[in-house]
Amino acid sequence: MSKLCSDLRQAIVSAGLRDGMTVSFHHHLRNGDYVLNMVLQEAAQLGIRDLTVNASSLFDCHQPLIDHIRNGVVTGLITDYVSAGIGRAISGGILKKPVTFLTHGTRPSNILNGNHHIDIAFLAAPTSDCEGNCSGKYGPSACGSLGYAFADAQRADRVVIISDNLVEYPLPDPSITEDLVDFVVKVEAIGNPAGIVSGTTQMPKDPIALKIADYAAQAIHASGLVKDGFSFQTGAGGASLAVADHIKRIMLRENIHGSYALGGITGYMVDMLESGCFQAIQDVQCFDLEAVRSIRENPKHIEITAAQYASPTARSTAASHLDVVVLGATQIDTDFNINVHTDSNNLIMGGSGGHTDVAAEAKLTVIVAPLSRARMSIVVDRVFTVSTPGSDVDLLVTQYGIAVNPRRPELKAALESARLPVADIQALQRLAVSLNGPAKPFQPPKDHVVAQVFGRNNQVQDLIYGI
Amino acid sequence: MEIKHAAAAGTLESSDIMVTVLPETEGIRISLTSSVEQYYGDSIRETMTKVLEELEVKNAHIEAVDHGALDCTIRARLTTAVRRACREEEAL
Repeated sequence: MSKLCSDLRQAIVSAGLRDGMTVSFHHHLRNGDYVLNMVLQEAAQLGIRDLTVNASSLFDCHQPLIDHIRNGVVTGLITDYVSAGIGRAISGGILKKPVTFLTHGTRPSNILNGNHHIDIAFLAAPTSDCEGNCSGKYGPSACGSLGYAFADAQRADRVVIISDNLVEYPLPDPSITEDLVDFVVKVEAIGNPAGIVSGTTQMPKDPIALKIADYAAQAIHASGLVKDGFSFQTGAGGASLAVADHIKRIMLRENIHGSYALGGITGYMVDMLESGCFQAIQDVQCFDLEAVRSIRENPKHIEITAAQYASPTARSTAASHLDVVVLGATQIDTDFNINVHTDSNNLIMGGSGGHTDVAAEAKLTVIVAPLSRARMSIVVDRVFTVSTPGSDVDLLVTQYGIAVNPRRPELKAALESARLPVADIQALQRLAVSLNGPAKPFQPPKDHVVAQVFGRNNQVQDLIYGI
Repeated sequence: MEIKHAAAAGTLESSDIMVTVLPETEGIRISLTSSVEQYYGDSIRETMTKVLEELEVKNAHIEAVDHGALDCTIRARLTTAVRRACREEEAL
Protein backbone atom coordinates (compact mmCIF):
# COMPACT_ATOMS: atom_id res chain seq x y z
CA MET A 1 0.00 0.00 0.00
CA SER A 2 1.30 3.41 -0.89
CA LYS A 3 1.69 5.95 1.88
CA LEU A 4 1.27 8.77 -0.59
CA CYS A 5 -2.20 10.37 -0.34
CA SER A 6 -3.82 12.33 -3.17
CA ASP A 7 -4.68 15.25 -0.91
CA LEU A 8 -4.82 16.35 2.71
CA ARG A 9 -8.43 15.26 3.17
CA GLN A 10 -7.55 11.72 2.08
CA ALA A 11 -4.63 11.69 4.51
CA ILE A 12 -6.87 12.85 7.37
CA VAL A 13 -9.53 10.27 6.56
CA SER A 14 -6.95 7.48 6.11
CA ALA A 15 -5.35 8.36 9.44
CA GLY A 16 -8.79 7.88 11.00
CA LEU A 17 -9.43 11.29 12.54
CA ARG A 18 -12.50 11.19 14.79
CA ASP A 19 -14.28 13.40 17.35
CA GLY A 20 -12.41 13.80 20.63
CA MET A 21 -8.94 12.94 19.31
CA THR A 22 -5.66 14.70 20.08
CA VAL A 23 -3.75 16.02 17.07
CA SER A 24 -0.25 17.46 17.25
CA PHE A 25 1.86 20.00 15.38
CA HIS A 26 5.39 21.45 15.61
CA HIS A 27 6.22 25.13 15.26
CA HIS A 28 9.37 25.08 13.12
CA LEU A 29 7.59 27.12 10.45
CA ARG A 30 6.92 29.70 13.17
CA ASN A 31 4.77 32.64 12.08
CA GLY A 32 4.75 31.39 8.45
CA ASP A 33 3.08 28.03 9.15
CA TYR A 34 0.15 26.98 6.95
CA VAL A 35 -0.14 23.36 8.13
CA LEU A 36 -2.03 23.74 11.42
CA ASN A 37 -4.65 25.92 9.73
CA MET A 38 -5.09 23.63 6.71
CA VAL A 39 -5.51 20.50 8.85
CA LEU A 40 -8.06 22.12 11.18
CA GLN A 41 -9.97 23.58 8.25
CA GLU A 42 -10.28 20.13 6.65
CA ALA A 43 -11.28 18.65 10.01
CA ALA A 44 -13.97 21.33 10.40
CA GLN A 45 -15.27 20.62 6.88
CA LEU A 46 -15.41 16.91 7.70
CA GLY A 47 -17.63 17.83 10.66
CA ILE A 48 -15.14 16.67 13.26
CA ARG A 49 -15.47 18.16 16.76
CA ASP A 50 -13.93 18.20 20.20
CA LEU A 51 -10.29 17.95 19.12
CA THR A 52 -7.40 18.66 21.47
CA VAL A 53 -4.52 20.45 19.75
CA ASN A 54 -1.08 19.65 21.18
CA ALA A 55 1.24 22.17 19.46
CA SER A 56 4.77 23.03 20.55
CA SER A 57 3.90 26.74 20.02
CA LEU A 58 1.09 28.82 18.54
CA PHE A 59 1.73 32.02 16.60
CA ASP A 60 -0.56 34.76 15.34
CA CYS A 61 -0.62 33.12 11.89
CA HIS A 62 -2.75 30.47 13.63
CA GLN A 63 -5.57 32.88 14.47
CA PRO A 64 -8.16 30.84 12.45
CA LEU A 65 -7.83 28.50 15.47
CA ILE A 66 -9.94 31.02 17.43
CA ASP A 67 -12.94 30.32 15.18
CA HIS A 68 -12.40 26.56 15.39
CA ILE A 69 -12.54 26.93 19.18
CA ARG A 70 -15.72 29.04 19.00
CA ASN A 71 -17.31 26.43 16.70
CA GLY A 72 -16.38 23.49 18.93
CA VAL A 73 -13.97 21.89 16.46
CA VAL A 74 -11.17 22.41 19.00
CA THR A 75 -11.93 22.18 22.72
CA GLY A 76 -8.50 21.65 24.27
CA LEU A 77 -5.03 23.16 23.91
CA ILE A 78 -1.68 21.86 25.09
CA THR A 79 1.25 24.09 24.18
CA ASP A 80 4.51 25.71 25.30
CA TYR A 81 3.89 29.21 23.92
CA VAL A 82 0.98 31.30 22.62
CA SER A 83 1.58 34.66 20.93
CA ALA A 84 -0.48 37.72 21.81
CA GLY A 85 -3.23 37.55 19.16
CA ILE A 86 -4.43 34.08 20.24
CA GLY A 87 -3.41 34.75 23.85
CA ARG A 88 -5.84 37.65 24.12
CA ALA A 89 -8.72 35.41 22.97
CA ILE A 90 -7.75 32.73 25.51
CA SER A 91 -7.54 35.35 28.27
CA GLY A 92 -11.00 36.45 27.15
CA GLY A 93 -12.26 32.97 28.02
CA ILE A 94 -13.06 31.31 24.66
CA LEU A 95 -12.05 27.84 25.91
CA LYS A 96 -14.08 26.05 28.59
CA LYS A 97 -11.14 23.81 29.50
CA PRO A 98 -8.01 25.65 30.75
CA VAL A 99 -5.02 25.60 28.40
CA THR A 100 -2.21 23.29 29.50
CA PHE A 101 1.06 25.22 29.35
CA LEU A 102 4.15 23.03 29.13
CA THR A 103 7.78 23.76 28.24
CA HIS A 104 9.96 22.65 25.34
CA GLY A 105 11.43 20.07 27.73
CA THR A 106 8.28 18.82 29.48
CA ARG A 107 6.26 18.50 26.25
CA PRO A 108 8.42 15.73 24.74
CA SER A 109 8.84 14.20 28.20
CA ASN A 110 5.04 13.85 28.56
CA ILE A 111 4.64 12.56 25.00
CA LEU A 112 7.41 9.98 25.27
CA ASN A 113 6.34 8.61 28.66
CA GLY A 114 2.71 8.32 27.51
CA ASN A 115 1.17 10.98 29.80
CA HIS A 116 0.07 13.00 26.79
CA HIS A 117 -1.18 10.61 24.15
CA ILE A 118 -1.25 11.82 20.54
CA ASP A 119 -3.67 10.16 18.15
CA ILE A 120 -2.41 11.77 14.95
CA ALA A 121 0.69 13.91 14.43
CA PHE A 122 0.50 16.23 11.41
CA LEU A 123 4.11 17.13 10.76
CA ALA A 124 5.14 19.80 8.28
CA ALA A 125 8.32 18.76 6.46
CA PRO A 126 10.14 21.12 4.07
CA THR A 127 11.38 18.06 2.12
CA SER A 128 10.16 14.46 2.13
CA ASP A 129 10.26 11.36 -0.01
CA CYS A 130 7.15 9.24 -0.73
CA GLU A 131 7.82 6.98 2.27
CA GLY A 132 8.16 9.86 4.74
CA ASN A 133 11.91 10.13 5.16
CA CYS A 134 11.95 13.88 5.71
CA SER A 135 14.06 16.86 6.65
CA GLY A 136 13.84 20.56 7.44
CA LYS A 137 17.20 21.35 5.89
CA TYR A 138 16.16 21.37 2.24
CA GLY A 139 13.42 22.80 0.04
CA PRO A 140 11.74 26.15 -0.60
CA SER A 141 10.29 26.22 2.94
CA ALA A 142 13.50 25.06 4.68
CA CYS A 143 13.44 25.72 8.41
CA GLY A 144 16.57 23.81 9.51
CA SER A 145 16.21 21.67 12.63
CA LEU A 146 13.00 19.65 13.15
CA GLY A 147 13.80 19.23 16.86
CA TYR A 148 10.28 19.68 18.23
CA ALA A 149 8.73 17.12 15.87
CA PHE A 150 10.64 13.98 16.92
CA ALA A 151 8.67 13.00 20.05
CA ASP A 152 5.42 13.35 18.09
CA ALA A 153 6.80 11.17 15.28
CA GLN A 154 8.02 8.55 17.75
CA ARG A 155 4.86 8.19 19.83
CA ALA A 156 1.77 9.31 17.90
CA ASP A 157 -0.57 6.46 16.84
CA ARG A 158 -0.55 7.82 13.28
CA VAL A 159 2.05 10.09 11.69
CA VAL A 160 1.20 12.19 8.63
CA ILE A 161 4.04 14.03 6.87
CA ILE A 162 2.90 17.14 4.99
CA SER A 163 5.40 18.54 2.50
CA ASP A 164 5.59 20.92 -0.45
CA ASN A 165 8.83 19.41 -1.76
CA LEU A 166 8.54 15.73 -2.61
CA VAL A 167 11.83 14.15 -3.75
CA GLU A 168 12.88 10.75 -5.01
CA TYR A 169 13.21 7.87 -2.51
CA PRO A 170 15.40 7.65 -0.45
CA LEU A 171 16.01 11.16 0.83
CA PRO A 172 19.66 11.36 1.90
CA ASP A 173 20.26 12.78 5.39
CA PRO A 174 16.68 12.46 6.74
CA SER A 175 15.71 13.71 10.20
CA ILE A 176 12.50 11.74 10.72
CA THR A 177 12.59 8.34 9.05
CA GLU A 178 10.07 6.20 7.19
CA ASP A 179 9.71 3.54 9.89
CA LEU A 180 7.71 6.08 11.92
CA VAL A 181 5.52 7.46 9.13
CA ASP A 182 2.04 6.25 8.11
CA PHE A 183 1.04 8.73 5.40
CA VAL A 184 2.65 11.35 3.19
CA VAL A 185 0.82 14.15 1.42
CA LYS A 186 2.06 16.83 -0.94
CA VAL A 187 0.51 20.27 -0.73
CA GLU A 188 1.07 23.49 -2.68
CA ALA A 189 2.94 25.21 0.17
CA ILE A 190 3.50 24.35 3.84
CA GLY A 191 4.34 27.90 4.79
CA ASN A 192 5.29 31.41 3.87
CA PRO A 193 9.11 31.56 3.81
CA ALA A 194 9.00 35.22 4.97
CA GLY A 195 7.44 34.14 8.27
CA ILE A 196 9.45 30.93 8.74
CA VAL A 197 12.90 32.34 9.34
CA SER A 198 14.23 35.87 9.20
CA GLY A 199 16.77 36.69 6.50
CA THR A 200 19.42 37.93 8.88
CA THR A 201 19.22 38.55 12.59
CA GLN A 202 20.23 42.14 13.25
CA MET A 203 22.53 43.22 16.05
CA PRO A 204 20.66 45.84 18.12
CA LYS A 205 21.63 49.51 17.92
CA ASP A 206 19.47 50.61 20.86
CA PRO A 207 21.92 52.10 23.43
CA ILE A 208 19.97 50.65 26.39
CA ALA A 209 20.17 47.12 24.97
CA LEU A 210 23.89 47.59 24.29
CA LYS A 211 24.54 48.80 27.84
CA ILE A 212 22.62 45.84 29.31
CA ALA A 213 24.59 43.48 27.06
CA ASP A 214 27.88 45.03 28.14
CA TYR A 215 27.04 44.54 31.85
CA ALA A 216 25.75 41.02 31.24
CA ALA A 217 28.90 39.96 29.37
CA GLN A 218 31.12 41.40 32.09
CA ALA A 219 29.07 39.59 34.75
CA ILE A 220 29.33 36.27 32.86
CA HIS A 221 33.08 36.80 32.53
CA ALA A 222 33.37 37.61 36.25
CA SER A 223 31.53 34.37 37.14
CA GLY A 224 34.62 32.45 36.00
CA LEU A 225 32.62 30.11 33.75
CA VAL A 226 34.03 31.38 30.45
CA LYS A 227 36.94 28.95 30.07
CA ASP A 228 37.87 25.96 27.91
CA GLY A 229 34.82 23.67 27.62
CA PHE A 230 32.39 26.58 28.02
CA SER A 231 28.78 25.99 26.90
CA PHE A 232 26.35 28.80 26.19
CA GLN A 233 22.77 29.54 25.16
CA THR A 234 21.28 32.88 24.21
CA GLY A 235 18.15 34.01 22.42
CA ALA A 236 17.63 36.09 19.30
CA GLY A 237 16.17 39.12 21.10
CA GLY A 238 18.01 42.48 21.12
CA ALA A 239 20.19 42.43 24.23
CA SER A 240 20.73 38.63 24.17
CA LEU A 241 22.36 38.81 20.75
CA ALA A 242 24.61 41.66 21.82
CA VAL A 243 25.72 39.58 24.83
CA ALA A 244 26.86 36.87 22.40
CA ASP A 245 28.88 39.49 20.53
CA HIS A 246 30.72 40.48 23.71
CA ILE A 247 31.26 36.84 24.75
CA LYS A 248 32.69 36.09 21.32
CA ARG A 249 35.23 38.89 21.68
CA ILE A 250 36.22 37.70 25.16
CA MET A 251 36.65 34.11 23.91
CA LEU A 252 38.77 35.15 20.91
CA ARG A 253 40.87 37.56 22.97
CA GLU A 254 41.61 34.97 25.67
CA ASN A 255 41.88 32.08 23.19
CA ILE A 256 39.12 30.09 24.92
CA HIS A 257 37.88 26.89 23.23
CA GLY A 258 34.26 26.40 24.19
CA SER A 259 32.32 23.15 23.97
CA TYR A 260 28.93 24.00 22.46
CA ALA A 261 26.31 26.64 21.79
CA LEU A 262 22.74 25.52 22.44
CA GLY A 263 19.19 26.43 21.67
CA GLY A 264 17.37 28.30 19.09
CA ILE A 265 20.24 29.19 16.78
CA THR A 266 20.96 32.42 14.90
CA GLY A 267 23.61 33.29 12.34
CA TYR A 268 25.51 34.87 15.17
CA MET A 269 26.03 31.55 16.94
CA VAL A 270 27.07 30.08 13.57
CA ASP A 271 29.66 32.84 13.29
CA MET A 272 30.97 31.91 16.75
CA LEU A 273 31.20 28.24 15.70
CA GLU A 274 33.06 29.14 12.50
CA SER A 275 35.40 31.46 14.42
CA GLY A 276 36.43 28.53 16.60
CA CYS A 277 34.67 29.65 19.80
CA PHE A 278 32.80 26.34 20.04
CA GLN A 279 33.39 22.74 19.05
CA ALA A 280 29.72 22.29 18.05
CA ILE A 281 26.23 23.74 17.95
CA GLN A 282 23.34 21.69 19.36
CA ASP A 283 20.32 23.02 17.52
CA VAL A 284 16.68 22.36 18.37
CA GLN A 285 15.42 25.27 16.21
CA CYS A 286 16.87 27.62 13.58
CA PHE A 287 15.97 31.32 13.73
CA ASP A 288 17.47 32.61 10.48
CA LEU A 289 18.67 31.57 7.03
CA GLU A 290 22.31 31.50 8.08
CA ALA A 291 21.49 28.92 10.76
CA VAL A 292 19.56 26.86 8.17
CA ARG A 293 22.55 26.95 5.81
CA SER A 294 24.94 25.93 8.56
CA ILE A 295 22.90 22.96 9.83
CA ARG A 296 22.66 21.73 6.22
CA GLU A 297 26.37 22.09 5.46
CA ASN A 298 28.37 21.82 8.67
CA PRO A 299 28.56 18.45 10.46
CA LYS A 300 29.54 20.29 13.65
CA HIS A 301 26.11 21.91 13.63
CA ILE A 302 24.01 19.13 15.16
CA GLU A 303 20.23 18.75 14.98
CA ILE A 304 18.90 17.67 18.38
CA THR A 305 15.43 16.57 19.48
CA ALA A 306 13.42 18.54 22.02
CA ALA A 307 13.83 15.69 24.50
CA GLN A 308 17.58 15.68 23.94
CA TYR A 309 17.50 19.46 24.38
CA ALA A 310 15.84 19.69 27.76
CA SER A 311 13.48 16.87 28.81
CA PRO A 312 13.47 16.67 32.63
CA THR A 313 12.97 12.88 32.47
CA ALA A 314 15.73 12.11 29.93
CA ARG A 315 18.90 10.30 31.13
CA SER A 316 20.84 13.46 30.29
CA THR A 317 20.30 16.44 28.01
CA ALA A 318 22.22 19.20 26.30
CA ALA A 319 20.65 21.59 28.81
CA SER A 320 21.90 19.55 31.75
CA HIS A 321 25.54 20.28 30.79
CA LEU A 322 24.92 23.98 30.14
CA ASP A 323 27.13 26.59 31.80
CA VAL A 324 25.45 29.90 30.99
CA VAL A 325 22.09 30.91 29.57
CA VAL A 326 20.90 34.45 28.79
CA LEU A 327 17.10 34.86 28.89
CA GLY A 328 14.44 37.58 28.86
CA ALA A 329 11.46 38.38 31.08
CA THR A 330 8.26 40.42 30.99
CA GLN A 331 8.18 40.63 34.79
CA ILE A 332 10.55 39.60 37.57
CA ASP A 333 9.61 39.86 41.23
CA THR A 334 11.75 40.56 44.26
CA ASP A 335 12.07 36.76 44.80
CA PHE A 336 13.46 36.51 41.22
CA ASN A 337 10.40 34.61 39.91
CA ILE A 338 10.02 35.22 36.18
CA ASN A 339 6.86 35.80 34.15
CA VAL A 340 7.06 35.21 30.39
CA HIS A 341 3.40 34.14 29.97
CA THR A 342 1.37 37.33 30.55
CA ASP A 343 1.73 41.09 30.09
CA SER A 344 1.19 43.91 32.58
CA ASN A 345 -2.59 43.60 32.04
CA ASN A 346 -2.32 39.82 32.68
CA LEU A 347 -3.22 38.97 29.09
CA ILE A 348 -1.50 35.86 27.68
CA MET A 349 1.27 36.87 25.24
CA GLY A 350 3.91 34.18 25.39
CA GLY A 351 4.92 31.11 27.31
CA SER A 352 7.93 29.39 28.69
CA GLY A 353 9.27 27.81 25.53
CA GLY A 354 12.58 26.51 26.86
CA HIS A 355 12.99 29.28 29.48
CA THR A 356 12.02 27.17 32.50
CA ASP A 357 14.10 24.19 31.36
CA VAL A 358 17.40 25.88 30.70
CA ALA A 359 17.05 28.18 33.72
CA ALA A 360 16.69 25.06 35.89
CA GLU A 361 19.67 23.33 34.31
CA ALA A 362 22.29 26.00 33.60
CA LYS A 363 25.01 26.78 36.12
CA LEU A 364 24.37 30.49 35.59
CA THR A 365 20.99 31.91 34.51
CA VAL A 366 21.15 35.55 33.45
CA ILE A 367 18.01 37.59 32.84
CA VAL A 368 18.53 40.65 30.62
CA ALA A 369 15.81 43.31 30.53
CA PRO A 370 15.44 47.09 30.51
CA LEU A 371 14.38 48.31 33.97
CA SER A 372 11.12 49.62 32.48
CA ARG A 373 9.23 49.00 29.26
CA ALA A 374 6.71 51.66 28.25
CA ARG A 375 6.42 53.03 31.81
CA MET A 376 5.97 49.57 33.37
CA SER A 377 8.68 48.44 35.77
CA ILE A 378 10.13 45.01 34.97
CA VAL A 379 10.64 44.46 38.70
CA VAL A 380 7.35 43.96 40.55
CA ASP A 381 6.31 42.86 44.05
CA ARG A 382 4.84 39.62 42.73
CA VAL A 383 4.76 38.34 39.13
CA PHE A 384 1.27 37.66 37.73
CA THR A 385 2.44 34.23 36.54
CA VAL A 386 5.37 32.16 37.78
CA SER A 387 6.80 30.83 34.52
CA THR A 388 10.27 30.11 35.92
CA PRO A 389 10.77 29.86 39.70
CA GLY A 390 13.12 32.39 41.29
CA SER A 391 15.26 29.58 42.71
CA ASP A 392 16.47 28.90 39.13
CA VAL A 393 17.45 32.51 38.37
CA ASP A 394 20.82 33.96 39.36
CA LEU A 395 21.13 37.46 37.87
CA LEU A 396 18.93 40.27 36.65
CA VAL A 397 20.91 42.65 34.42
CA THR A 398 19.36 46.07 33.67
CA GLN A 399 20.86 49.28 32.31
CA TYR A 400 20.87 50.65 35.89
CA GLY A 401 22.62 47.77 37.60
CA ILE A 402 22.78 44.04 38.28
CA ALA A 403 20.75 42.28 40.97
CA VAL A 404 22.15 38.99 42.30
CA ASN A 405 19.85 36.33 43.76
CA PRO A 406 20.65 36.17 47.51
CA ARG A 407 21.04 32.40 47.06
CA ARG A 408 24.33 33.16 45.25
CA PRO A 409 26.50 35.20 47.70
CA GLU A 410 29.74 33.97 46.08
CA LEU A 411 28.52 35.26 42.71
CA LYS A 412 27.70 38.62 44.24
CA ALA A 413 31.24 38.79 45.69
CA ALA A 414 32.75 37.94 42.28
CA LEU A 415 30.75 40.70 40.57
CA GLU A 416 31.67 43.22 43.25
CA SER A 417 35.35 42.44 42.96
CA ALA A 418 35.04 42.95 39.19
CA ARG A 419 33.64 46.39 40.11
CA LEU A 420 30.32 45.76 38.44
CA PRO A 421 27.28 47.85 39.49
CA VAL A 422 25.61 45.37 41.85
CA ALA A 423 22.29 46.55 43.31
CA ASP A 424 19.55 45.06 45.49
CA ILE A 425 16.54 44.04 43.42
CA GLN A 426 14.37 46.11 45.79
CA ALA A 427 16.53 49.17 45.07
CA LEU A 428 16.08 48.63 41.32
CA GLN A 429 12.33 48.40 41.85
CA ARG A 430 12.31 51.69 43.84
CA LEU A 431 14.35 53.35 41.09
CA ALA A 432 11.84 52.23 38.45
CA VAL A 433 8.95 53.64 40.49
CA SER A 434 10.76 56.97 40.92
CA LEU A 435 11.36 57.20 37.14
CA ASN A 436 7.89 56.08 36.04
CA GLY A 437 5.81 57.82 38.69
CA PRO A 438 3.60 56.01 41.19
CA ALA A 439 1.17 53.59 39.51
CA LYS A 440 -2.31 52.79 40.69
CA PRO A 441 -2.25 49.29 42.21
CA PHE A 442 -3.76 46.71 39.83
CA GLN A 443 -4.72 43.25 40.98
CA PRO A 444 -6.07 41.22 38.04
CA PRO A 445 -9.35 39.42 38.71
CA LYS A 446 -9.24 35.76 39.81
CA ASP A 447 -12.67 34.59 38.72
CA HIS A 448 -12.04 31.86 36.18
CA VAL A 449 -8.91 29.90 35.28
CA VAL A 450 -7.96 30.09 31.58
CA ALA A 451 -4.62 28.26 31.77
CA GLN A 452 -2.60 25.98 34.00
CA VAL A 453 1.17 26.42 33.93
CA PHE A 454 2.99 23.15 34.64
CA GLY A 455 6.47 23.14 36.16
CA ARG A 456 9.33 20.81 35.31
CA ASN A 457 8.11 18.40 38.02
CA ASN A 458 4.82 18.06 36.07
CA GLN A 459 2.86 19.68 38.91
CA VAL A 460 0.73 22.81 38.44
CA GLN A 461 3.11 25.67 39.15
CA ASP A 462 0.68 28.55 38.63
CA LEU A 463 -2.75 29.45 37.23
CA ILE A 464 -3.62 32.16 34.71
CA TYR A 465 -6.99 33.84 35.18
CA GLY A 466 -9.24 35.37 32.53
CA ILE A 467 -9.63 39.11 31.98
CA MET B 1 -4.81 80.30 24.77
CA GLU B 2 -7.41 79.79 22.09
CA ILE B 3 -7.43 76.67 19.95
CA LYS B 4 -7.83 77.87 16.36
CA HIS B 5 -7.42 74.62 14.43
CA ALA B 6 -6.44 70.99 14.84
CA ALA B 7 -2.78 70.26 15.58
CA ALA B 8 -0.80 67.26 16.80
CA ALA B 9 2.47 66.33 18.50
CA GLY B 10 4.13 63.03 19.40
CA THR B 11 4.35 59.58 17.80
CA LEU B 12 2.78 56.16 18.21
CA GLU B 13 6.10 54.65 19.34
CA SER B 14 6.44 52.78 22.62
CA SER B 15 7.11 55.18 25.54
CA ASP B 16 5.59 58.11 23.61
CA ILE B 17 2.16 59.72 23.39
CA MET B 18 0.42 61.07 20.29
CA VAL B 19 -1.63 64.13 21.22
CA THR B 20 -4.14 65.81 18.88
CA VAL B 21 -5.73 69.10 19.96
CA LEU B 22 -9.03 70.09 18.31
CA PRO B 23 -11.25 73.17 18.68
CA GLU B 24 -14.18 72.73 21.07
CA THR B 25 -17.03 75.16 21.72
CA GLU B 26 -17.51 74.55 25.40
CA GLY B 27 -15.02 73.30 27.97
CA ILE B 28 -12.33 70.64 28.01
CA ARG B 29 -12.88 67.10 26.70
CA ILE B 30 -10.12 64.48 26.96
CA SER B 31 -10.33 61.18 25.03
CA LEU B 32 -7.45 58.93 26.10
CA THR B 33 -6.44 55.47 24.91
CA SER B 34 -3.49 54.09 26.87
CA SER B 35 -1.64 50.77 27.04
CA VAL B 36 -1.16 51.51 30.76
CA GLU B 37 -4.74 52.68 31.48
CA GLN B 38 -5.01 50.33 34.49
CA TYR B 39 -1.96 51.88 36.09
CA TYR B 40 -1.63 55.46 34.83
CA GLY B 41 -4.93 56.41 33.11
CA ASP B 42 -6.09 58.72 35.92
CA SER B 43 -2.63 60.20 36.35
CA ILE B 44 -2.34 60.99 32.61
CA ARG B 45 -5.76 62.75 32.56
CA GLU B 46 -4.78 64.70 35.69
CA THR B 47 -1.48 65.81 34.12
CA MET B 48 -3.25 66.90 30.94
CA THR B 49 -5.86 68.89 32.86
CA LYS B 50 -3.05 70.65 34.78
CA VAL B 51 -1.10 71.50 31.61
CA LEU B 52 -4.23 72.94 29.98
CA GLU B 53 -4.86 75.07 33.08
CA GLU B 54 -1.26 76.31 33.05
CA LEU B 55 -1.60 77.26 29.38
CA GLU B 56 -4.99 78.87 30.11
CA VAL B 57 -6.78 76.76 27.55
CA LYS B 58 -10.52 76.96 28.32
CA ASN B 59 -12.03 75.12 25.36
CA ALA B 60 -10.39 72.13 23.69
CA HIS B 61 -10.90 68.53 22.68
CA ILE B 62 -7.79 66.43 23.35
CA GLU B 63 -7.38 63.06 21.64
CA ALA B 64 -4.43 61.14 23.04
CA VAL B 65 -3.03 57.72 22.20
CA ASP B 66 -0.49 56.73 24.84
CA HIS B 67 2.01 53.89 24.73
CA GLY B 68 3.53 54.35 28.16
CA ALA B 69 4.96 57.87 27.98
CA LEU B 70 6.53 59.35 31.11
CA ASP B 71 4.90 62.35 32.76
CA CYS B 72 7.50 64.78 31.34
CA THR B 73 6.83 63.45 27.82
CA ILE B 74 3.07 63.85 28.22
CA ARG B 75 3.53 67.48 29.34
CA ALA B 76 5.91 68.25 26.47
CA ARG B 77 3.74 66.67 23.75
CA LEU B 78 0.54 68.34 24.97
CA THR B 79 2.19 71.76 25.31
CA THR B 80 3.61 71.53 21.79
CA ALA B 81 0.30 70.41 20.31
CA VAL B 82 -1.57 73.27 22.02
CA ARG B 83 0.96 75.88 20.82
CA ARG B 84 0.69 74.55 17.26
CA ALA B 85 -3.12 74.63 17.48
CA CYS B 86 -3.06 78.30 18.52
CA ARG B 87 -0.90 79.58 15.67
CA GLU B 88 -2.73 81.32 12.78
CA GLU B 89 -0.29 80.36 10.04
CA GLU B 90 -0.24 76.62 10.76
CA ALA B 91 -3.74 75.60 9.80
CA LEU B 92 -3.79 71.88 8.90
